[in-house]
Amino acid sequence: MTAFLTQYAFLIAAIIKIAILVFMVLTVDAYLTWLERKVIAHIQARWGPRRVGPFGLLQPLADGLKFILKEDPMPTSADRTAYFLAPFITLMLALTSLAVIPFGPDFTIFGYTTNFGIADVNISILVLFAITALSVYGVALAGWASNNKYSLLGGLRSSAQMISYELALTLSVVGVLLIAGDFSLKGIVLQQQTATLGFLSWNIIGVGHGYGFTQIVGFTCFFIAAIAETNRVPFDLPEAESELVAGFHTEYASMKFAMFFIGEYTAMISVSALATILFFGGWLSPFPSTWGFTEYLPTLLLALLGAYAIYISIGYETTFGRILIPGVGSALIVVGLVLALIPDLNHFIQGPFWFVAKVFVFLFFYIWMRGTLPRFRYDQLMAFGWKFLLPVSIANVVVTSAVMLWRMPR
Amino acid sequence: MSAELIIFFVLAALAVLGALSLILQRHPIHSALSLIVVMVALAGLYLLQGSEFVAAVQIIVYGGAIMVLFIFVIMLLNAGEEEHTNFSKLANIAGIPLAVAVAGFIAAAILHSGQPLPSTAGEGTLTSTKALSMMLFRDFVYPFELTSFLILVAILGAIVLAQRER
Repeated sequence: MTAFLTQYAFLIAAIIKIAILVFMVLTVDAYLTWLERKVIAHIQARWGPRRVGPFGLLQPLADGLKFILKEDPMPTSADRTAYFLAPFITLMLALTSLAVIPFGPDFTIFGYTTNFGIADVNISILVLFAITALSVYGVALAGWASNNKYSLLGGLRSSAQMISYELALTLSVVGVLLIAGDFSLKGIVLQQQTATLGFLSWNIIGVGHGYGFTQIVGFTCFFIAAIAETNRVPFDLPEAESELVAGFHTEYASMKFAMFFIGEYTAMISVSALATILFFGGWLSPFPSTWGFTEYLPTLLLALLGAYAIYISIGYETTFGRILIPGVGSALIVVGLVLALIPDLNHFIQGPFWFVAKVFVFLFFYIWMRGTLPRFRYDQLMAFGWKFLLPVSIANVVVTSAVMLWRMPR
Repeated sequence: MSAELIIFFVLAALAVLGALSLILQRHPIHSALSLIVVMVALAGLYLLQGSEFVAAVQIIVYGGAIMVLFIFVIMLLNAGEEEHTNFSKLANIAGIPLAVAVAGFIAAAILHSGQPLPSTAGEGTLTSTKALSMMLFRDFVYPFELTSFLILVAILGAIVLAQRER
């Protein structure tokens, strides 16, 4: 048995990690829709979902059930193969892109050291770009196969938009690659690590690498292009509902529509994770590593959250308010205490804690923009991508290389 | 049979089937999709040979950029199914024998060369990206620049042609 375990340790670890990651990502996707509806509702001075479960927290489950139970019609003149293939391509590529993302430093469990992520590839960033390049097909095929002029226009717009912004997306990362000298995402994170500077040594600020240089321009280009690649507001022209009904997914219903939806949210997560890794130090803590006491920050946050839950429960008179909320609150406090009392566990969760925290900042930013910005016009979109974003990201490459050459020891 | 050999045969079969489907499909979009399958299978073969950078670039450039343009143009022109024409008599008579002959010559040449084909595959010997760029940008810099100049000429030609239409 032990021999079997040691021989196939890599496979077993990979399967367990894949199962955990897929489960967590799908859950986060579901609750991201809840968060999006809540945040946008509050931006627009509404309540958002609040009927299904406490604070509307069961709404994603109700939505999922509805997607599964709905009828799944197909247009009679649709191209069957491509029509079926498109949502699968979208979802599969979106989920695959998460496989190369490192969520934390390597760790050892039961004497087996493994990387915190599914695959530790030495060209992980190129793998991500390859997946981005292929993900155009999901949208383009969906639009074409539906045999509907709105869908076709949505698919065409999307292909044109993704081709245009892929250039800026790839070029904006070159600055980071130059500084890191490495295609591996793990290597890029480790290169941003210093003992005493904390967040100052992240690529976005870039102090303390000898010849590093701030990548704030690169990050701006990257994030704008990334929003366009994920077809989100203000670049959501492929599904502009006031012009194109729903764009490329007009003819999709039921689970196939849900697959596009999950694919879009997963793409948002992987792009946010990429921004975190490339420019914001990945799983690194923003504090200098000499400040050991900052490791208790997750405990402190959990305890404060628990105390707040118990505090608001005083105002309720229902069973839910009297029992459930204080229960959840005390559970949070207990989890925080457990973390504080087991140093190994606490040390283990530091990486994922900071990583997830940074990713959620970007996800919130995505939602915030959707509640704030109007949509671009199509010609504005193209002009912005080709005449502004692309030259700026090329200039960033040139300036970064020049500064690096100048600072390099000769 | 080693795992590498099994993966090789799966990918090779995928590439050949994709290529066959590319020719046999009636609709241009289906042909383009088959070509994408071929490209991705080839990328897998490169990966099997230990050149991971070339594999990634194969997918990014051929699988992504170029094929997206193909599909984009087909969708934009809204090209329908191909007209089914009778093959020319010459193709009917000489086509299959010629194809068999070419394949036979290649196979014979490989089999009679007396030594196994040079392979870069081995335990943990990945072609480093650095070595590849050194070769491309130092040893072969003039052919490289010449190629980019040729592409520039092609782009300029396309622009000139498009301008003349106005």
